[in-house]
Amino acid sequence: MPESTLPQRHGSLTHIPPWVALTLLVAGILLLPIIVVAASVFLSSGDIWQHLYDTVLAEYVANSLLLALGVGCLALPLGVIPAWLVTLYRFPCSRLLEWALLLPLAMPAYIIAYTYTGMLDVAGPLQSWLRAAFAWQYGDYWFPDIRSLPGAVLMLSLVLYPYIYLLARAALLEQSASVVEVARTLGVKPAGAFFKVLLPLARPAIIVGLSLVLMETLADYGTVQYFGVATFTTGIFRTWFGLGSSIAAAQLSALLMLFVLFLIILEQYSRRQSRYHDTSTRHDRLEQKRLRGLRGLPALAVCALPVLFGFVIPSGQLLIWGMQTWRTSMDSGFFAIVVNSIELALITAVLAALLALAVSYARRQQPGIMTNSFNRLLGMGYAVPGAVIAVGVLIPFTWLDRHLGHWFGLLSDTDPGLLLSGTITILVFAYLVRFLALSLNTVDAGLAKIKPSMDEAGKSLGLSGFRLLRRVHIPILRGSLLTAVLLVFVDVLKELPATLILRPFNFNTLAVRTYELANEERLADAAFPALAIVLAGIIPVIILSRAISQSRSANA
Amino acid sequence: MRFIPLLVLLILTAPAGPAQDVNVYSGRKEALIKPLFDEYTKESGIRVNLVTGKADALIKRLELEGENSPADLLLTVDAGRLHRAKELGLLQAITSVKLDEAVPENYRDPQGYWYGLSIRARVIVYSRTKIEPAQLSTYETLADPVWRNQLCVRSSSNIYNQSLVASMLAHHGLEETESWIRGLVDNFARDPKGGDRDQIKAVAAGQCNLALVNTYYLAGMLSSGIDAEVDAAEQVALFWPNQEGRGAHVNVSGAGVTRSARNKTAAVQLLEYLVSVQAQEWYGKTNREFPVRDGVAGDSILQSWGEFKADNLNLAILGENNQDAVRAMDRAGWK
Repeated sequence: MPESTLPQRHGSLTHIPPWVALTLLVAGILLLPIIVVAASVFLSSGDIWQHLYDTVLAEYVANSLLLALGVGCLALPLGVIPAWLVTLYRFPCSRLLEWALLLPLAMPAYIIAYTYTGMLDVAGPLQSWLRAAFAWQYGDYWFPDIRSLPGAVLMLSLVLYPYIYLLARAALLEQSASVVEVARTLGVKPAGAFFKVLLPLARPAIIVGLSLVLMETLADYGTVQYFGVATFTTGIFRTWFGLGSSIAAAQLSALLMLFVLFLIILEQYSRRQSRYHDTSTRHDRLEQKRLRGLRGLPALAVCALPVLFGFVIPSGQLLIWGMQTWRTSMDSGFFAIVVNSIELALITAVLAALLALAVSYARRQQPGIMTNSFNRLLGMGYAVPGAVIAVGVLIPFTWLDRHLGHWFGLLSDTDPGLLLSGTITILVFAYLVRFLALSLNTVDAGLAKIKPSMDEAGKSLGLSGFRLLRRVHIPILRGSLLTAVLLVFVDVLKELPATLILRPFNFNTLAVRTYELANEERLADAAFPALAIVLAGIIPVIILSRAISQSRSANA
Repeated sequence: MRFIPLLVLLILTAPAGPAQDVNVYSGRKEALIKPLFDEYTKESGIRVNLVTGKADALIKRLELEGENSPADLLLTVDAGRLHRAKELGLLQAITSVKLDEAVPENYRDPQGYWYGLSIRARVIVYSRTKIEPAQLSTYETLADPVWRNQLCVRSSSNIYNQSLVASMLAHHGLEETESWIRGLVDNFARDPKGGDRDQIKAVAAGQCNLALVNTYYLAGMLSSGIDAEVDAAEQVALFWPNQEGRGAHVNVSGAGVTRSARNKTAAVQLLEYLVSVQAQEWYGKTNREFPVRDGVAGDSILQSWGEFKADNLNLAILGENNQDAVRAMDRAGWK
């Protein structure tokens, strides 16, 4: 990269191209809710902090850290090992598992928590059967309590590992066979080549996946609340709803953001001098080694395990419940709910990918403090519970509505009411704030792998700005952009707390319908809309997986 | 990029509630209130638009929307939150002879800011095989060491537990209440988790012998038609606490007209419909709650539990004491 010419170019503001300015403006608006939440630290919340410090804060912090640590330690091998196996080896069902390993992505964490509780709890069928079969009483036998901190770690890991798997696999697919060959000529054995060469090269992608998993874990409310694990998130809501202080709740969220920001900066600092794009021009596809007969079975077992526990078993339980109740669930409004959910998810996902592309590209073309910090801060929303984001969104939106309404009133006699906050605009906005991290990280990782010399080549051909992006970067980025769209799509489909607060009148989504029934402890009734979420999520997961496989054959 | 105009169009054409309808923010879930609204629309021709969600979040939304809020009515499942909305200046006082006649005084705001619509009681359920009802008497005695490791109850983050403790605060003061909570926590058979139905199932499975639950959960299980739920519910029995004294702790679901209401007349009319004999019968038959209105035929399951004496503490006090209740539970270690 011609570092020497850059400082002059972005030295003064007058040289910022209009499209970069526009991108920064949009990004700035999207940052408002995050700033609103962060700014709460300057407000007074009375003696609540003293009370929290004296009583429950230590437990919130400890449980959140343990949860994040546990999920990190479990989701990492669950994601990386299958990615390694299906990418470098052929074994029975490996083609099927390639995409099946992504399926748990479609399963909302609180739903998997409900299904496993239904099966394994003290009053569930398994323990009831044990008691009946052996004439045991409660207490006569040992059985792990699913509703506990380890249980929450397990549930979250089972549905979140696909982020790591997805990114690790994409990164491994992009490695050139020549890297492995070089390692081999240096005397490294094939399995050793994975740990010594491929894994370190895939590290940035794996870390991105891990950071998404950890942010989602820290923001989770549904699972820990149901399991009775007091974490930072449940504390935020207890402080807001129980102690009646939305300010202290926002301050707790700001603290959570600060912690995540610290982790991100630490990680970036740790690899500040590394470069991860392939500098050679040769790119040979990695050869898959065939594991024949019995040798393939351990690989099959390792890869099938996460799919079995993260998808097949909970879906089976949902199906059993859904069979009992589908007649009442399939009412006339059900189709409209499905349409609402998919429409919201699609709009948000496409907008998020475009925004991510603009912001990442702005940083690539105009590196500097502004574009860099926007990139970081925009991702913060992913670590904040949806309900807190919702309030952060409501504050600027209702302010704007008041003023719009005022101007509108000067022009005509009609009362416009709420122009923005009464519509799905506010929902889409909130989803963008919450989920932009997903598309931003994916697109960013994709862009980082494009050699700077490609930009130079494009520029030497007279391309610049948007045309350079369209002709050079977008074609290469197709896979990353698709991944970005689909990750956001699936997450919006599952999103609950922000939707609950911000939605317009008479507007339901599948997640809302599921929650309302599950929260009334009517699990059988909740199963049908939950299955619909899973089904609607599976389709993009399959598209995603096929696109990745295609990118593999295109590289060959 | 051709689809951007389409996206803008989709966003702008999103539905918004017209001003001539009644717009309701409801902390009560759709399935438990919408059928009544549909019935009202059929009778009056006035459409009811609904947003459901967590009551505190909806109150926050109402607060931020201010004068511009489209909501005419705020509906919650506990009086404490209605009181909080009133304190925040989000509700307005109304006068209605029909409402005053139908709703007893302790189930409504003295100035008419909100009205109770249905009653729920928080009661003790016990294992039919292990406990004799004669062993039970009051909420207070649940803290006795004789019940060590025998009690199941959900998290103190739940509003029903907060309201129960708020009522204890009103009757006994802070010091006594806090030591009562400590005794209660010492008697927990397990860390609080799950909902009220979970506690009933835990009693049925033998993990605990006693649980504190709201009445309609037990009735809902008995009438669910799902074998596992019915079996579990039949293994426990209901005990009305504090019948010799102040009576069982009750709360109401209720509603108030918002300050920003654009259609106040229809909002009041809807409230009056909700306390009509017909609607009050629906509350019993469908939601298994007790009617606020006297002389309404109750549900058969509810009737099987017999008459009970309810604590006639003014419910606004539950709202006033809520924060103190949560703090006391934090200090005493009720998770």
